[in-house]
Amino acid sequence: MSDAPTNEPVSESSGGPAIGADEWVARSGERAERHGGLTGRAQSLYGRVPKPAVFAFFVTLAVLVPVFTAQTDNDIYFLRVCTIALVFALLALGLNVAVGFAGLLDLGYIAYYGIGAYGYAFLSSDKFGIHWEAWLVIPLVVAVSALVGLLLALPSRRLVGDYLAIVTLFFSQIFYILTTQGYRISFLGLNKDLGFDRANWDLTGGPNGIANVDRIGAFGLTASSERAYFYITLVAVVVVFATLSLANRSRTGRAWRALHDDTLAAQAMSVPVNWLKLLAVGTGAAVAALAGTINAALLQGAFPDDYNIQVLIIIYAMVVLGGVGSLAGAVLGAIVVSVFMLEGLRPQTPIGDVTGNGRWIFYATILIVLVVAIRPWRRLGAILAGIVAFGVVVHGIVAVATERGTDGLLNSGPDTYDDGGPVGWLIRHWLALPGGTYETGSRTWFNVALVGVIALVLCMTLVKGWVRDALIVPTVWLAAFVWETRLIQEASGPTRFLLLGAILVGLMIARPQGLLGRPRVEIV
Amino acid sequence: MAQPLLQLENVSKAFGGLQCISHLDIDVKEGQIVSVIGPNGAGKTTLFNLVTGMYRPDSGDIRLDGESIVGLAPHKITNRGVARTFQTLRLFLNMSVKENVMAATYGRTHASLLESILRLPRARREERESNELAQEKLSFFGQRLMGYRWNQPAYSLSYANRRRLEIARATATKPRILLLDEPAAGMNPVETHEITELIGQLRREGGYTILVIEHDMHVVEGISDRVIALDHGEKIAEGTFEQVATNPRVVEAYLGTSAAERK
Repeated sequence: MSDAPTNEPVSESSGGPAIGADEWVARSGERAERHGGLTGRAQSLYGRVPKPAVFAFFVTLAVLVPVFTAQTDNDIYFLRVCTIALVFALLALGLNVAVGFAGLLDLGYIAYYGIGAYGYAFLSSDKFGIHWEAWLVIPLVVAVSALVGLLLALPSRRLVGDYLAIVTLFFSQIFYILTTQGYRISFLGLNKDLGFDRANWDLTGGPNGIANVDRIGAFGLTASSERAYFYITLVAVVVVFATLSLANRSRTGRAWRALHDDTLAAQAMSVPVNWLKLLAVGTGAAVAALAGTINAALLQGAFPDDYNIQVLIIIYAMVVLGGVGSLAGAVLGAIVVSVFMLEGLRPQTPIGDVTGNGRWIFYATILIVLVVAIRPWRRLGAILAGIVAFGVVVHGIVAVATERGTDGLLNSGPDTYDDGGPVGWLIRHWLALPGGTYETGSRTWFNVALVGVIALVLCMTLVKGWVRDALIVPTVWLAAFVWETRLIQEASGPTRFLLLGAILVGLMIARPQGLLGRPRVEIV
Repeated sequence: MAQPLLQLENVSKAFGGLQCISHLDIDVKEGQIVSVIGPNGAGKTTLFNLVTGMYRPDSGDIRLDGESIVGLAPHKITNRGVARTFQTLRLFLNMSVKENVMAATYGRTHASLLESILRLPRARREERESNELAQEKLSFFGQRLMGYRWNQPAYSLSYANRRRLEIARATATKPRILLLDEPAAGMNPVETHEITELIGQLRREGGYTILVIEHDMHVVEGISDRVIALDHGEKIAEGTFEQVATNPRVVEAYLGTSAAERK
C-alpha cells in the first residue's frame, strides 16, 4: 500500500526554506538510518521486506512445529506447551485492543475468557446434557461474550484510568465468585416452585468446575490429538492477528488510537468516543471468549482457577513485555512468558530440565539487564569484572576460614551436587554456599540474604554514580546467593512470579516500550 | 438579511460561583472572519467550548444555521460543520501526520468495523478518499507537512508545524465554521505573519467562516472583518478593529482604569 505521493526526503533546495532547528531535529531519524552502521542497515533492510511476507514466514515456521515433533512423550508435552502459548497469544492479542489501541485499563478482561470457557462447557458437556457442535457453539459463545463486553462497558464508558480499572476489576471478581459459588444458586428460596429439582441449583460446578467437556467437533469429525489442537489454535491466532491488524489500520483503529492519545480532541474531531470504547471492549471480549472455548476443549473442562485475577495479571505481563499496542509484540510476549516463565520454571519437565529449573533464565536475565542498562561498555566491563572478582574473593576468604566441602559448598560434609553442568559448578565455586544448601530444611541463610538483597536494592536507589555501580556488585552476588539457597527449590511456586516481576521491572527500566513496542509520547 | 451561520443568544455559563460567560450574544455570518479578543480569563476559550459542545450552557441558545446545537454531543456538533483547534495543542501525538488528519474523517465515513476488516468496496473507497483528503489538506501548507513528514509521528513535528497540523486536521472534518484558538500563540514574527496570510487563504480557498481567538493585535488587525472584545464573560465592544481598539472599555480591560482615563 503506497500512502504518500512523495516519500523521498525533501531536498533543501526544493522543499522551501529549511530554517531553524526543527528541520534538523525532524531529520534525525533519517540520519540515524543513514549512518546507523550494521544495526541501522539491518533495520532498513528489514523495513524493505513487506510486512505480509514477514507474517507468512512466521506462520510457516509455526505450521512446521508439529511436523518435527514425533510422537514421543516429550514431543507431545512440548506441543501442548506450544498450544497453551498460542492460547495465551490469543488472549494477549484481544487484551491489546482495549489496552494497546484504545488505552483503556480493562481489568475485567479475564471474565470474557471465562465466559468463553464456561459457555462452551455449558453447551458441550454432560453438565446439562447439551452436546452442540463446535461450529454452532463457538460463534454463539463469542457473540454472547462480545455482547456482555458491550454491556459491561456501558456503565464504565465515562470512566478513565484508575477509575475504569477499579470498576472492571469488580467485574472480574464478580465473575470469579459466580464460578466458585455458582453451584448452590437459590432463587429467593423458590427453586422448587420455579421447577428446579434441587433447592440449590448447580450452574457452574463451584470450585470443582465442569469436567468432561467435549472436544471440538463438527460434521462428524472430532479433534482429539495434540496436533489438531495446535493447528486449531494456530488458525485462530492467525485469523485474529490478521483481523486486528486490518482493524488497526481502518478508520475504527485510527479512532481508537486517537482517543487513546487525546479523548477530548478525538471527540472534537468527530469521533464518537463512548461508542468506540464499547467497541474496543466488545472486540477484545470476543477474542477472549474464542480463547476460552479453545481452552475448555483443550483441557476438557472449565475450572474457576484458570479464570482468576492471577491469570489476568499474567496476560497483562505478556502484553506489557511484548510492547503495548504492538500485535506482534503481544504474540511474542505470550510465547516468552508462557514457555519460559510458566513452563521453564516448572521442575521435572523437559523444558524445566533445559532451563535448569529456571537457573539459566535467572542468570541470563541478570546479564541481559546489566548489558542493556549499563553504558558505556567500559563501565559494564568494569562492573562485570567486579562481580566475578567479588565472588572469587569472598569464596576464597570463606573457604580459608571454614572447612571446605565438596563441589563449592562450604562447611559441609559429603555433599555432592552436580546439577547445572560446568557452569553450575562455576557458579557454586563463585558463591559461598553453606553446606546442605540444596537440601530442604534450614532457611536461615536464605532469610538473612534476602533481607540483604532488599536493603542493597533500596540503598542503590539512594546513591548515584560510582557508588551505585559499586553497589551493583554485592547485590548481584547476593541475589545469586538467594537464588541458589532457596528460590531454585521453589521454582514452580512463588519464584516464577518473583522472577517474572523482576524481569518486567528490569525491562521497563531498560526498554519502557516493551520488546516490540514503539515508544509513546504522552501529552506534556 | 441572511441568517447568521453561527448565532449565540443570551448564552450564560457559570462554574460554581464563577460566571464565565454571561448573557452573551454573538452573530457570525457566512464567510466572515470574526476575532474574539480579551484579557486572560475573559471567557474566550469557554466560549469555544460552549460552541463545540464540550460544555453545555446554563441558559441561552446556540444555533448553527438556525438550528439549535445545545446539548448535542461534541462529535455530532463537529459533524454539523463546526471544527476547532486548541490553544494548548492537542494532537494525536503517537499517530503519524497523515493519520492525524485521516482520524478526523471518522464522522463522514461510514464503513463498519466488519467492512473494514473484510475490505469491502465501501471501506476501500472511503479509505482512499480519506487518504486523498489528507493529502489535499496537508499540501495546503506546501511541503511543510508533506514528503517524509507524512509518515512521521506527530510528536516529531516542531511547534509551528504542530499548529499547522492542528489546522489541517480541523479542516479535514469539512467544517463550515472553523474555530481557531490562538493560532499564532508561541510563533515567531515570521510565522505569525504567515498565519495571518493563512487565515485569509483559508477563507478564500476553503470557503470557511472563521471565528478566531487571538492575542496578537497585528494578526487581529490583519484578518478581522469584525472584532468582539470580551471581559469577565461579557461582551464589552464589537465592531471593526479600529472601533474596538479605541473603545475606552477595551483599553480599560487591557490596561486598567488610569490608562483609560489618561487617553
